[in-house]
Amino acid sequence: MSHDTLPRPTKTDPPSREQVASPRRRRHWTRRANPVAGLGAFLWLVIVLIPLYAMLSASLTGADKALTGNPLKPPTDPTLDNYNTVLTSGFGHLLSNTAIVAVAVVGIVLSLSIPLAYVAVRTRDRWSNAAFRLFLLGVAIPAQAVVVPLYLLIAKLDLYDTLLAVILPTAAFAMPVSVLVLVGSLRDVSEDLYEAMALDGASPLRMLFQLTIPLAKGGISTVVIYSALQAWNGFLFPLIFTQSDEPRVLTLGLFNYVSQFGVNIPALLASVVLSGIPIFAVYLVARRALVGGLMGVGGK
Amino acid sequence: MTVTVEKARTGKPRTANRAGRPHAAWALPGVLFFTFFAVVPMALALYLSFTSWDGLADPKPVGLDNWKKLLDDPRMTQSLWLTVVLTFASWAFQTVVALLLGVWAAGRQRNRAILSAVFFVPFLLSSTAIAILFYALLDPNFGIIQKDTLGSQSGAFLAIVFVGGWQFIPFHTLIYQGGARQIPDVLYQAAAIDGAGRYRQFFSITLPQLRHTITTSTVLMVVGSLTYFETVLILTKGGPGTDTAILPYLMYEAGFKTYDFGYASAIASFLVIAATGLSLVLVRLTGFGAMRSTREGM
Repeated sequence: MSHDTLPRPTKTDPPSREQVASPRRRRHWTRRANPVAGLGAFLWLVIVLIPLYAMLSASLTGADKALTGNPLKPPTDPTLDNYNTVLTSGFGHLLSNTAIVAVAVVGIVLSLSIPLAYVAVRTRDRWSNAAFRLFLLGVAIPAQAVVVPLYLLIAKLDLYDTLLAVILPTAAFAMPVSVLVLVGSLRDVSEDLYEAMALDGASPLRMLFQLTIPLAKGGISTVVIYSALQAWNGFLFPLIFTQSDEPRVLTLGLFNYVSQFGVNIPALLASVVLSGIPIFAVYLVARRALVGGLMGVGGK
Repeated sequence: MTVTVEKARTGKPRTANRAGRPHAAWALPGVLFFTFFAVVPMALALYLSFTSWDGLADPKPVGLDNWKKLLDDPRMTQSLWLTVVLTFASWAFQTVVALLLGVWAAGRQRNRAILSAVFFVPFLLSSTAIAILFYALLDPNFGIIQKDTLGSQSGAFLAIVFVGGWQFIPFHTLIYQGGARQIPDVLYQAAAIDGAGRYRQFFSITLPQLRHTITTSTVLMVVGSLTYFETVLILTKGGPGTDTAILPYLMYEAGFKTYDFGYASAIASFLVIAATGLSLVLVRLTGFGAMRSTREGM
């Protein structure tokens, strides 16, 4: 039996952000305070904060004082020397390489995943179902397991030690989760709207750009942030597919700092802080999209 | 025109509808790209596992040699056991904390939003950055604990479990928070009327209702624990000795340190087979197929 013959429930009124996120609308069972859970949450907060605090505090400590004190004590006379050391040792180059990789990966993932999810939601024949299933299975492929043959492919394509050698596999491995998130998001676009556009004689391409993409903005932002995060934080592909300074990305730069700065732990930690700042800035801007999109994973 | 709309609304077969639908070929570029960079390499890994290859000359077929070596290698046995124990310990630690935090965060507490935002910060740092952070904080001279934590077998192992949890618990908390929010309030109302206390409600409603979420999260954790490679490489380099050399690390050493790519491919193939097998078993045991049924209903 073909799915096309089945009546399709349509969601004309997707739950508003208020309904989903507002604690005010749902209640009763947690109305009473839960002191034990609250205490546990507070405890985890401390566990999260101590290393972050120690990192910031140590990165502001002069290299000469670093080995004498406990990293939990606030620095007596804070200095930005460590940040200076890191910024003058090629950090800008690492940052721009990483930015290039992130933008390229997001571009590739969006331009390949959106049509895929669109077909999976709208057409749903045997072939598009098979395509969707491929990506469902793809979630379980560990990048570690294919890194040796990828090394062979990259070498044969003459891409070894270039940024493309990092970009292409990173984009491929960001696709499965992106497709799943997009399919979930595209499904919420009401069938009635498609039918209205079909009556106007709109082509599938026009529907995609004028209807689907504007209405699936939430899912698309999640995918943008998710794939940017993958590109920004990727380590294995850069480690194995690049070698020289030219295409070196941030994570690999950090890894090299471990040997370069040796015992200069404050400088090492300053580089870790610096590496986190751009992604933290993106998070502050796009927190709702990222958190909302990833939270949906658990509900399925 | 109006007639067509009426028909569509009643959900009867709509023949004219096919016109507005994209052709399946739209999926082709994405499928080809993914196949080339993820599926073909998997097949290639299996092929390479039957060859001897130093990364330079062409791979030479050697039959089952690498697989025989795999079975006889004492490091492999140790590594496999270590990977299993590490995966299980990480799963237990992360599931317990993330589930409790997620259920808590789904409720209504003051400051919940702010706390959840702070909880999420570690997930934003790269594995590399986190490994370096803890490498510094566990340094015997510099660190918080003035002891050679990473120099002892149990210390290094616990450090990896803890660092992995510190990094990934935020993400799984979010998944559980989403799952817990979808539990219908009616269930709790009914339980409250029946006089069930908070803990009874947790074990009789929350946990059973979260079973699909637990499966999703578990599958992601099991696959994710294979990515502890960065943490191991930076934090312990597989040491002390070979005490934290998990399978991905062993594969990395075989391939990119000793240039025995055939053997590395055998380890990699074993990883894929084990990971896929484990995922399938989990899906079977816990009814993860529910994910498919939500799709059918669309």
